[in-house]
Amino acid sequence: MFENLSGRLADATRNLTGKGRLSESNIKDTLRQVRLALLEADVALPVAKSFIEKIRERAVGEEVGKSLSPGQALIKIIHAELVSLLGQETKPLEFRAQPPIVIMLAGLQGAGKTTTAAKLARRLITKDKKSVMMVSVDVYRPAAILQLKTLAEDVGATFCDSDAAQKPVDIVAKALDEARRSHVDVLLLDTAGRLHVDEELMDEVAKVHQAAQPHETFFVIDSMAGQDAVNSARAFNEKLPLSGVVLTKTDGDAKGGVALSVVEVIGKPIRFIGVGEKTDALEVFHPDRMASRILGMGDVLSLVEEIEDKVSKEKAEKLAKKLQRGRGFDLSDLRDQFEQMLNMGGMAAMLEKLPIPGNVNPGMLKDAANEKQLRRQIAIINSMTPGERRFPKTINGSRKKRIASGSGLQIQDVNRLLKQHVQMEKMMKKMSKGGMKKMLRGMPGGGMPPGMPPPGR
Amino acid sequence: MFGKAKNRDAIKKGGFIKRLRARLNSGDSWLTYDLANLAPSGKIDEEVLDELESNLVMADVGIEATTAIIDNLRKSLARKELTDIDALRLGLRQHMVDILTPVEVPLTIPSSDKPFVILMVGVNGAGKTTTIGKLAKQFKKSGLSVMLAAGDTFRAAAVEQLQIWGERNDVPVVAQQAGADPAAVIFDAYEAAKSRDIDVLLADTAGRLQNQQGLMDELAKIKRVLARQDENAPQEIMLVLDAGLGQNALSQAEKFNDALGLNGIIVTKLDGSAKGGILVALAKKISVPVRFIGIGETADDMQTFDAEEYVDALMAGRQDSDTAP
Repeated sequence: MFENLSGRLADATRNLTGKGRLSESNIKDTLRQVRLALLEADVALPVAKSFIEKIRERAVGEEVGKSLSPGQALIKIIHAELVSLLGQETKPLEFRAQPPIVIMLAGLQGAGKTTTAAKLARRLITKDKKSVMMVSVDVYRPAAILQLKTLAEDVGATFCDSDAAQKPVDIVAKALDEARRSHVDVLLLDTAGRLHVDEELMDEVAKVHQAAQPHETFFVIDSMAGQDAVNSARAFNEKLPLSGVVLTKTDGDAKGGVALSVVEVIGKPIRFIGVGEKTDALEVFHPDRMASRILGMGDVLSLVEEIEDKVSKEKAEKLAKKLQRGRGFDLSDLRDQFEQMLNMGGMAAMLEKLPIPGNVNPGMLKDAANEKQLRRQIAIINSMTPGERRFPKTINGSRKKRIASGSGLQIQDVNRLLKQHVQMEKMMKKMSKGGMKKMLRGMPGGGMPPGMPPPGR
Repeated sequence: MFGKAKNRDAIKKGGFIKRLRARLNSGDSWLTYDLANLAPSGKIDEEVLDELESNLVMADVGIEATTAIIDNLRKSLARKELTDIDALRLGLRQHMVDILTPVEVPLTIPSSDKPFVILMVGVNGAGKTTTIGKLAKQFKKSGLSVMLAAGDTFRAAAVEQLQIWGERNDVPVVAQQAGADPAAVIFDAYEAAKSRDIDVLLADTAGRLQNQQGLMDELAKIKRVLARQDENAPQEIMLVLDAGLGQNALSQAEKFNDALGLNGIIVTKLDGSAKGGILVALAKKISVPVRFIGIGETADDMQTFDAEEYVDALMAGRQDSDTAP
């Protein structure tokens, strides 16, 4: 679910690399990409449009924090906006009312109401230790009542029998009565699937609701639903006082944009998501997790936070000043860079958090950039005199020999490091300021800038 | 369609098209409804095309097909061919017809090859069992003998659901207990159909999401088992698609096609307010024939797919549908 959306976002934000501030013009293309990505994920067009508008308002003029790339900054904004759109933190089921607590499920045909009813029952029985009765008012679909009965037996709920000749409202009355008499905690009410444009059946479901007076009324919707989901959600919401949404079949490969659409249009939270065929495959919905999943870019967000935390601002600023004054990037600066990288858990840890472009073999990258290498390189620099660090050109053959034995490495290693420094120096000259943080700006999602030599080869 | 039904179809068609128009447009937005209002002067410009682009997306036509259609229209606009709103409608209609015509291949059931096995596949809740009920009724009406195989042994009461459809249409149903091997059930049904000289065997299967490899393999096994009995069987592997689903329908069609090699597609539930543009997206992406479209509850609401009719219904506004033939 959501995979393509994240891929597109990564592509879109990559284009922002190297911009200092988010402006109307430099985010225009990116936002267009984001819009397309949302539409491809079946987010309803009006919802996608208003979402993009909010992002634009928040993003334009936003000075990109020194340690974040514009792409990262934009993703942060999008993530925050997604979380706020997806709504409040999950509300648990409320059991404090006079039992039986009535939970009613409604939705289109094939959304997964009956399966969801069974999953909810199982959850209530095993997790919440409640006694549950189930009843079906689906008098239309052949064998629908039998289906619920079979499932009730499977999950250990009692079943209030009904038959297709009865009126739904009568079934509800009987079930309420039975539930009260047998002192069950929860009565789960499954309804027939219906199209929101079918006025007759929509009136019927309203009457069922009237009769049952449920504490919770859930709208069950397929996570694969298309643009029309907003219309059906709106119609159900107008007819019934919905208290939440259950999103089903999220174990498929749908991008699930319907989650955004429905929440935005009816303003009710998603309470549960169905994650599989078995009756235990029901999870509580978490907006922040869903938002991260929609963005799905490895763990970029936590990386972004880490960079902000760990990269020493002072050192970076010192280096920036030094470079601005025209002083060279010397070996002690290189050591600072290496140490910053180590601080963040080494390249390997960082690489794991990045959405590595498809054509790069992450294993290979990890080999080339491991922590051991960083430590060796730091050891080499530590074996130099302060003078040597400041003026690397003075390092001749005998000095190299001394440095190599001082750090316990070979002369070749020293040569490699010096070569690497030369390349880094060149790159640093090109950048006006920054340092390690600046280089990290190439990230989500651009990986390392092309000039970055792998530490050791 | 299937022999004897041809005449009756011709008589009924008018009614179906009218219903199709009315139902495709039963929601509150139409593919082309606003276009005339947008261009009161009759002048077609970028803004009108942008609006049309939005309408196409909202009808589930999808980004790829929408972009292709709009790019073509944009070229026509540059060549100054889109002089007025009618020219735009005509251009739009033509592009959609061009995309849809290749998939307009009706199902033919030869009398020589008995039983003609139709294996129904699809995701959970697509409407497989209900569609089998409708098809059984139609086939029977057209004079074919029909048998049903209860291959959905996973979902609770799926077997009973199919048995009720069997009773309603007075066709035999071959079933085993819940949890049985679906390939075994369908194999049994095949043997029974063969010995009773049945024309069409409709085999139900459990719904499955297309990314669940194990369950897709199970379908491949059913196919293998049937092919061992008759190298042509199953003659038709039919994907049932819910029109209310969005762009995931493309993934469904692709993955089921990769796993099994689809012969046909049935699109159900077109009577929601989803505008049915998903068919355009689908036809653009994959060349599997669309056999039937379903626009309502009754068996008569399931009909052969006709590209031009369909596009006309998509483009007709609510007013148009009131006055449709």
